[in-house]
Amino acid sequence: MMNGKHLSGEKPGNSKMRLAERITGSPSGQPIQIMTHQILGYPDFDTNYEMIRLFQESGARFVELQLPFSEPIADGPVFLHANQASLASGTTTKQCLEFAERVVTDFPGLSFLFMTYYNVVIQYGIEEFVKACAAIGIQGLIVPDAYPEESQEFMEACRQNGVEPILIVTPYTSSERLVYLSAVTGGFLYCAARKGVTGTKTSFGKETEAFITRVRSIARTPIAVGFGIQSDQDVRFLEGKCDIAIIGTQILTVLEQEGLSGVKRFLKTIIPA
Amino acid sequence: MMSGHKTVFQTISAAAEALVKDDGYYGNYGGSFIPEILVPAFAEIKEHFAAIKQDEAFWQEYCSLLADYSGRPTPLTYADRLTDYFGRAKIYVKREDLNHTGAHKLNNALGQVLLAKKMGKTRVIAETGAGQHGVATATAAAKLGLTATIYMGREDMERQYSNVFWMKRLGAEVIAVDYGSRTLKDAINEALRDWVSSFETTHYVLGTASGAHPFPAIVSYFQAVIGIEAKEQILRAEGRLPSRVYACVGGGSNALGVFQAFYPHGDVELVGVEAGGEGQGSGRHAARIAYGEGKAGVAQGFKTLFLQNNDGQMKDTYSLAAGLDYVGVSPILADLSERGRVRFTAATDTEVVEALEIIMKTEGLIPALESTHAFAGAFNDITESSGSDIFIINMSGRGDKDIFNVAEGLQDDEWKAFIRRKARQFENAAR
Ligand SMILES: Cc1ncc(COP(=O)(O)O)c(C=O)c1O
Repeated sequence: MMNGKHLSGEKPGNSKMRLAERITGSPSGQPIQIMTHQILGYPDFDTNYEMIRLFQESGARFVELQLPFSEPIADGPVFLHANQASLASGTTTKQCLEFAERVVTDFPGLSFLFMTYYNVVIQYGIEEFVKACAAIGIQGLIVPDAYPEESQEFMEACRQNGVEPILIVTPYTSSERLVYLSAVTGGFLYCAARKGVTGTKTSFGKETEAFITRVRSIARTPIAVGFGIQSDQDVRFLEGKCDIAIIGTQILTVLEQEGLSGVKRFLKTIIPA
Repeated sequence: MMSGHKTVFQTISAAAEALVKDDGYYGNYGGSFIPEILVPAFAEIKEHFAAIKQDEAFWQEYCSLLADYSGRPTPLTYADRLTDYFGRAKIYVKREDLNHTGAHKLNNALGQVLLAKKMGKTRVIAETGAGQHGVATATAAAKLGLTATIYMGREDMERQYSNVFWMKRLGAEVIAVDYGSRTLKDAINEALRDWVSSFETTHYVLGTASGAHPFPAIVSYFQAVIGIEAKEQILRAEGRLPSRVYACVGGGSNALGVFQAFYPHGDVELVGVEAGGEGQGSGRHAARIAYGEGKAGVAQGFKTLFLQNNDGQMKDTYSLAAGLDYVGVSPILADLSERGRVRFTAATDTEVVEALEIIMKTEGLIPALESTHAFAGAFNDITESSGSDIFIINMSGRGDKDIFNVAEGLQDDEWKAFIRRKARQFENAAR
């Protein structure tokens, strides 16, 4: 179970498998797994679908589908614009769930997660939202402003319904807090490689390495690293250090500048065959 | 400026502690829904705020700044001509317009910039709607030797350009926010985005009693002085407490400022006046509570009543007054409203422009458009009052900044002709 290519023949039933079990979880020289990202409804759902097809074809393993929110405070300019453009074109939570249901069925080689902000979940109904995710086969939820200490109801709903609440840690997270967060996260721990919002480049070096080593010494789950990954060098740097590399803004930037064929080329450079 | 036998800190904390909660929850509202990256920044503020809350020396320094720099105490003016005009309740006006920089915002800005300095920060950032909080922060930063960056929606910059001019002259960097509704909420988002990458050197001077815990508490503390003074002043003038206290509500800082000291006195009615814009049902207002359209939700780090659609997307808000044009409201006020302790009402743009004309001509005061909402709310109620009632209206700021909007609202042709002449002069000079 190395990457999506090898799994493309698997049955959709696999999506019921717990997220952590789908991650090989070992930094021991396995090719790193790739998680890509899409803001739903941007530029439109058809393009989202084609992008996801490219993700599966090029061997990405996990896909983060972002449900747009009007106040995405953790996102930088590229995602901010995409969130707002998606909403301006009328994207609703219902459409996002319907779309997710379709791609989970059509692309069994991929594991799908949702990323959104807490208010989107709250207004849908916390319990109902998590149940809907479970029914569709969404495996994890990344909700950066569902501060875990204040979001008991959400964390509980995830546990009850077998959807993983993915928590984020940063280089500024104290070790004490890291123990707590790694205990309550589901599936994997999302390491934001630096401070700041999504989008700007991270310089991967000694500090990132020290951060990952610190997380590794505490985490009981696989670990994913994201924020500012822009090139295949960044991915190669992370190889052997963490389990998943998360590539968000750069994919959207390539799509905006070079279209789907550009994305296809870009994915080839970062995902080893 | 405070009652002699109590220390400054005792007086302020007695007023603030009646409302402020250490756990950051106000009934169903409040809390701290922040992304993980901001956890250390919030931990640092909580720790320092808890420390300064007990620190007599800090409060002495804060109060000397208020007294010797800002010009406190501000008077409580008996509006005799306005009282005669309506012939009902006696009207008193708390004169926050007489603070240095012309609004209550400086009370909070001085307190927080002083706090930032104690935390070892060298830079402050802030959001601003009407520009008053931006000017106050830029001023406090200049006075205390920190650098300042102010985020302001492009729409608000156009509406309140004189304040943009002043902020820049005061040495602050002003950054236009060019997305969303280009108003206050978008400026807050942008300030938060700055803060997640700058918190090591930078403090975010949030301008109102909203946002994640402990901001509502911090801002309440630094604004409590308004009500403490007003209570002493009315007791001195009338020997009794007022029947009602009116304040406009954007985020809620001037309202909480004046309400806190009166909160324990159950027979003083506290009235918050929101921006009714073009009126109920118009979809163009910022009356989250008064029009019953605000729904509980989580955004910008806290839980409160927001104007939002069924999917939880924030709606565009509107008011003639940029400082009231906010999509959420202080969690403390949302709770007080739910508990029936603060009554909420709204004043429309039209009512505000009418009220402004009355205030100017009968009393010689020029309140900010924001503050005029408090007056308009009181005027709307005044027929059900009698000569034995006393109203205190918090005049949160002065109206100089609004000269362009007011002239436009009043269709002042002479002013328009003046602007055209000025524009021609600049064009000719540029040629
Ligand atoms: C003069 C004045 N009053 C009131 C407000 C509204 O804010 P708050 O409700 O926080 O007092 C503002 C905000 O900019 C203002 O400038």
